[in-house]
Amino acid sequence: MNQWEVVIGIETHAQLATVSKIFSGASTAFGAEPNTQASAVDLALPGVLPVLNKKAVECAIRFGLAIGAEVAQKSVFARKNYFYPDLPKGYQISQMDLPVVVGGDITLQVGQGDKAYEKVVRLTRAHLEEDAGKSLHEDFHGKSGIDLNRAGTPLLEIVSEPDMRSSDEAVAYAKSLHALVRWIGICDGNMQEGSFRCDANVSVRPKGQAEYGTRREIKNLNSFRFLKEAIDFEVQWQINEIEEGRRIQQATVLFDPENGETRMMRSKEDAHDYRYFPDPDLLPLIISREWIDEVREDMWELPNDRKLRFQSDFGLSSYDASLLNINFDIGNYFEGAVLAALANGERIEPEPAKFAANWVINEVLAKMNQEGEGHPTWKFGVSAETLGCLLRRLREGVIGAKTAKELFAEFWEEARANNYASHGGYPEKIDELIESRGLKQISDTGAIESLVDEVLAANPANVAEFKAGKEKAFNALVGQVMKAAKGKANPQQVNDLLKQKLEG
Amino acid sequence: MSLTLEQVKRIAHLARIETSDAEALTTQGHLNGIFQLIEQMQAVDTSGVEPMAHAQDVSQRLREDAVTESDRRAAYQAVAPEVEVGLYLVPKVIE
Repeated sequence: MNQWEVVIGIETHAQLATVSKIFSGASTAFGAEPNTQASAVDLALPGVLPVLNKKAVECAIRFGLAIGAEVAQKSVFARKNYFYPDLPKGYQISQMDLPVVVGGDITLQVGQGDKAYEKVVRLTRAHLEEDAGKSLHEDFHGKSGIDLNRAGTPLLEIVSEPDMRSSDEAVAYAKSLHALVRWIGICDGNMQEGSFRCDANVSVRPKGQAEYGTRREIKNLNSFRFLKEAIDFEVQWQINEIEEGRRIQQATVLFDPENGETRMMRSKEDAHDYRYFPDPDLLPLIISREWIDEVREDMWELPNDRKLRFQSDFGLSSYDASLLNINFDIGNYFEGAVLAALANGERIEPEPAKFAANWVINEVLAKMNQEGEGHPTWKFGVSAETLGCLLRRLREGVIGAKTAKELFAEFWEEARANNYASHGGYPEKIDELIESRGLKQISDTGAIESLVDEVLAANPANVAEFKAGKEKAFNALVGQVMKAAKGKANPQQVNDLLKQKLEG
Repeated sequence: MSLTLEQVKRIAHLARIETSDAEALTTQGHLNGIFQLIEQMQAVDTSGVEPMAHAQDVSQRLREDAVTESDRRAAYQAVAPEVEVGLYLVPKVIE
């Protein structure tokens, strides 16, 4: 596969977080009885006219500002014409020549650890449009059932440039975009309910070739896993086709998660003649500079700004700062834990912040990942405040790292058993348990010294080995002392004392 | 620019309009007449003129995001040809 280069562009439909539809006053709440939220406008009854929802436009402005794009002061709605029973008007109101958002880019973190790298994906545009209804193909005496509750739900279609070169980059892009739309509060990101769905345009070309290969579009991928599986399958399929001497035909395909394959839905010839023209029912959308400024004032810190702040204020690496910014909640959690970890009057310094960062990345994120990604919202089993207090006791040397990890795991398990209805543990509980279970670390030098003496006396063989140059024997002795202290001795102190005694 | 008979039939198909060969031929004549008119207009130099998206020089009015419609399914479905469990039934569509 070395001589082939993969080219991927992604179109995403993000359902905007409004309470009413884009052109009517019907509710957008999910899960209502069929057709109870389909008004005359959504049903396309004769004589109705669309009136644009201000909040939907505001969401588009927010998005434009968040990706550093140009928010068009003038944009135009167009009719995209096609026939399907879940589209009663016979056209979808969308935007074509003059979209509301033009340009912009998103910075992604791809891969993990040493192999991680940053990548900038450019965006072509984002435009406002309405969703269609739903067709239910279960058998209604040989007919299809139509539910128009979703018809007219506001969508922001976000189109990327074909900048991605692997399925991993495509997934990283989708994840970053998903985090961003939730971060700025324009979309709930619920993929199970279809609030965030991706279409991937995939093509391959020989490495070094300037022009793109013929692309096929994989429609409606509603999970990150499917996105990756579908692209991987499609890429391999296209390479096989070309290597066997066939040409790729431009087409729209569907991904079947059951067997992991993509299959053709329609060839492009017929389907893509949408005969767009400006919708005479809607006037041009004018967005004033004042409105854009107002929206900007109202927005909180953006992912990349916060990432840079974590690097400069807390001395975190770019990679760690990215991990702590994979979504809005994680970063807030981290900052909450840092504040709670500080002793009274202590200022935020890189040291406690780095300490908290390691804990959030290695313990909290690890636990959350175990629960499986793609949860609509990740759940924190332990509150930031409780974690902060735990870290504070750890930094003060009241408890050791092992005890801290055990308490943390215990609290988390408590929340998990409770299906994350509430956090496990609470700040005061840490001191209570330290007291009642006698978890306090032994840091009294005298007490540790006597344990060290006991162990040295009881293990002459190890002592002799160490003196003969075997470094491993030293670790065995440390282990013995820790065991004698029931794990509560400060390991650094044990190390120092042992070394002192053996070498002195 | 003028349209071929083939193109006229394709446009009719996309719009789901059934046309006989004779109708298609008549329509071709009409449409090409319109194209001639457009060609005449294209002779005008419009460089530097902003494209017009709407005949009226006013901008789109916006409404506040609020639910103002109540459920009127029963009334709407009373005039539908066929409904079941709240769904509109239509001839089977399969992708």
